[in-house]
Amino acid sequence: MLLNQFLILSAVLFAIGVYGVLARRNGVLVLMSIELILNAVNINLVAFGSYVSSVSGEVFALFVITVAAAEVGVGLAILLLLYRNRRSVDLSEADLMKG
Amino acid sequence: MTFGALAAPLGALGFVRPHLDWHALAPELTLLGVGALLTCLDIALAERGRTITSAMAGLGLLGVLVPIITLAVAGAATEPRVMFDGAYVVDGYALILKALFVASGYVVVLLSMNYVAEGDYWENEYYGLVLASLLGMVVMASARDLISIFVALELLSIPAYLLAAWRKRDLRSTEAGLKYFLMGVFASAIMLYGMSLLFGASGSTVLADIAAAAPLDRAAESVPSAAITVGVIFVIVGFAFKVSAFPFHTWAPDTYEGAPTPITAFLSVASKTAGFVALGSLVLVGFWERDDVYGPALWFLAAASMTAGNLMALRQRNIVRLMAYSGIAQAGFMLAPLAVAGESAAVADEAVSAVLTYLVIYAAMNLGVFAVIMVVARRTGTGEVASYNGLFKVSPGMAVVMTVFLASLAGIPPAGGWYAKFAVFGALVSADNPAAYVLAGLAAVNAVIAVGYYGKIAARMWFESPAEELGDAGRIAVPFSLRSALALTVAATLAFGVVPATVTHFTEVSLLAAAG
Repeated sequence: MLLNQFLILSAVLFAIGVYGVLARRNGVLVLMSIELILNAVNINLVAFGSYVSSVSGEVFALFVITVAAAEVGVGLAILLLLYRNRRSVDLSEADLMKG
Repeated sequence: MTFGALAAPLGALGFVRPHLDWHALAPELTLLGVGALLTCLDIALAERGRTITSAMAGLGLLGVLVPIITLAVAGAATEPRVMFDGAYVVDGYALILKALFVASGYVVVLLSMNYVAEGDYWENEYYGLVLASLLGMVVMASARDLISIFVALELLSIPAYLLAAWRKRDLRSTEAGLKYFLMGVFASAIMLYGMSLLFGASGSTVLADIAAAAPLDRAAESVPSAAITVGVIFVIVGFAFKVSAFPFHTWAPDTYEGAPTPITAFLSVASKTAGFVALGSLVLVGFWERDDVYGPALWFLAAASMTAGNLMALRQRNIVRLMAYSGIAQAGFMLAPLAVAGESAAVADEAVSAVLTYLVIYAAMNLGVFAVIMVVARRTGTGEVASYNGLFKVSPGMAVVMTVFLASLAGIPPAGGWYAKFAVFGALVSADNPAAYVLAGLAAVNAVIAVGYYGKIAARMWFESPAEELGDAGRIAVPFSLRSALALTVAATLAFGVVPATVTHFTEVSLLAAAG
C-alpha cells in the first residue's frame, strides 16, 4: 500500500498549519491553521489504520472530527467576544497583560 | 426488548457486548447526573433557581464522593477493575485522583459562591461548566487509551476556555480566555499528531498494547524509530502546555490574571493535576520502556520549569501572577520524578507515589492561597503584592492562615509542603544515577530561591505598616463559604504535614503492576 505518500502529505499539512499558527495575527486564520493540523492528524490516523488493518484509526479520526467541531464553536465564540469588545480580531492587539 | 432484538444481527457482525462494571462507572455517572439535574432545575425554576444552584453543585460533588469511597472499600485499589480491553481502568491511582478532583472541585464551588452571586454572573451555566470540566478530569484518571485520554482532555479543557473568559465585558478576561484557548488548542493538535504517529508505530490505541508493541519494547532491543521519538516528544509537549511547564508556560500568567479568581484556582490545581495524570499514565504505562526518549525531555522540562518559574516569580508585583510563576516552579518539582521513572520498576513506583503525594498536598495549599487572595481582594479590590502590607494588624487570622500556606509552598515544616518535596527527593535519590542527582541538586537550590519570594510576602504581612488599600474599616468580613474553604484547606495542609501517612496511605500505588 502507498503509506508514504499519505504520511508526506500529512507532514506537509502539519508544517503549513504550525507555520500559520505562529505567523498569522488574524484570529480566524489561526483557527483555520489549527484545523489544518487536525486534518493532518486525520490523514495520518486513517492511513495508519488502513495499513495495520485496525478500525481504531478510523474511529479515532471520527472522534477528532467531532471534538474539533466543538472546539471551533467555542473558539469562534471567544473571537466574537474579542471583536465586540475591540472591533478587531488582530491577536497582536490583545496585550493588556505582560511580564 | 431493544438489546435482545439487536443481539442476533450484531452477533453476526462479530460484535461482542463489552462488559460494563456499573459500580466502577458510578462516580462518572453520578457527576453526569448532577450536571443534568442542575440544567433541568434551571429550565424548571428559571430565575428562582439562582439561590440553590451553587448549593446543589456543592452537595452533588459531595455525593460523587460516595461511590468513590464504596469502590475503595470494595477493594478496587488492590484488584483493578478493567473495562473495554484495558482502555478504562479503575485502580488505586484512578481512585485517589478522582477523590482529589472532586474534593478540589468542591472547594472551587465554595470559592465561587459569593464571587458569582455578587458579580451577577450566570449561575447555572457557570456551575454546569465546572461540573463538565470535572467530569473530564474524573474520566482522565481512568483513561488508559489514546482515544479516551484525548476525549477526556477536551472535555476538561473546552469548559475551562469558556470559564476563563467568563467576565464578558472585561477585556482582560476575554484576553485570558483567548490566550488559553489558542495555546490549549494548538497544544492538543500537536499532541494528536504525536498520538497518530504512536498509533501507527504500535497498531493500537490502548496504552498497555502500545507498551507491548515491538518498537516500544526495550526487551526487543529495538532502536526507537523517528516516528516513535517524534510521537513521544509531541505527546509530552502537548501535556507540558497543560501543566504549564517552561517553555510552554506563556499562557499561564496572563490567563491566571485575567480569569475570574475561583477559575484561576481551578486551573492552577485541578486542570494542572489532570495534565499530570495523563502524563503519568502515558509515560508509566504507554511508553515506560522508552526512557531514552522521554527521560531527557522530561528532565529538561523539570529543570527549566523550576528554575525559570522561580526566577520570574521573584520580580512579580501582582499576587496572582506571582502564584502563576510559583505554579510553574511547582510543576517542575512534580515533573522531576517522572523524568527518572524509567530507571527500574521500583523507581517507577516510587516516582508515581511521589507525584501523587505532591499533587494532593499542592491542591490543599494552593487552593488555600487563592481563598486568602479572594478574601483580601474583597477588601482591597487589587491584586498588588504591596496591598498585603501590614495584613496582620488589620486581620490577624488571615495573616496567620496565609503564612501557613506560604510556609507550606516553601516547604517549611510542619505545613504539608515539606513532605511533598521530601517525597520528590526520595524518588530522585532512589533512581541513583548522575542525572537524578543533578536534578535533585537543582531542586534543592530552587527550594531555597522559592523561600525568597514566599518569605517576602510573609514579611510584608507581619512587619510593614498597613497598606492604604486595606483601609481602616476594622476586621475583614469573611463570608461563610470562603470561611469553610479556608478551614478545609488549612486543616488538610497541617494534617498532611504533621501526619504524612494521611496522604501516603492512599498514594502508594503502582501503575506498572496494574498495566500487567
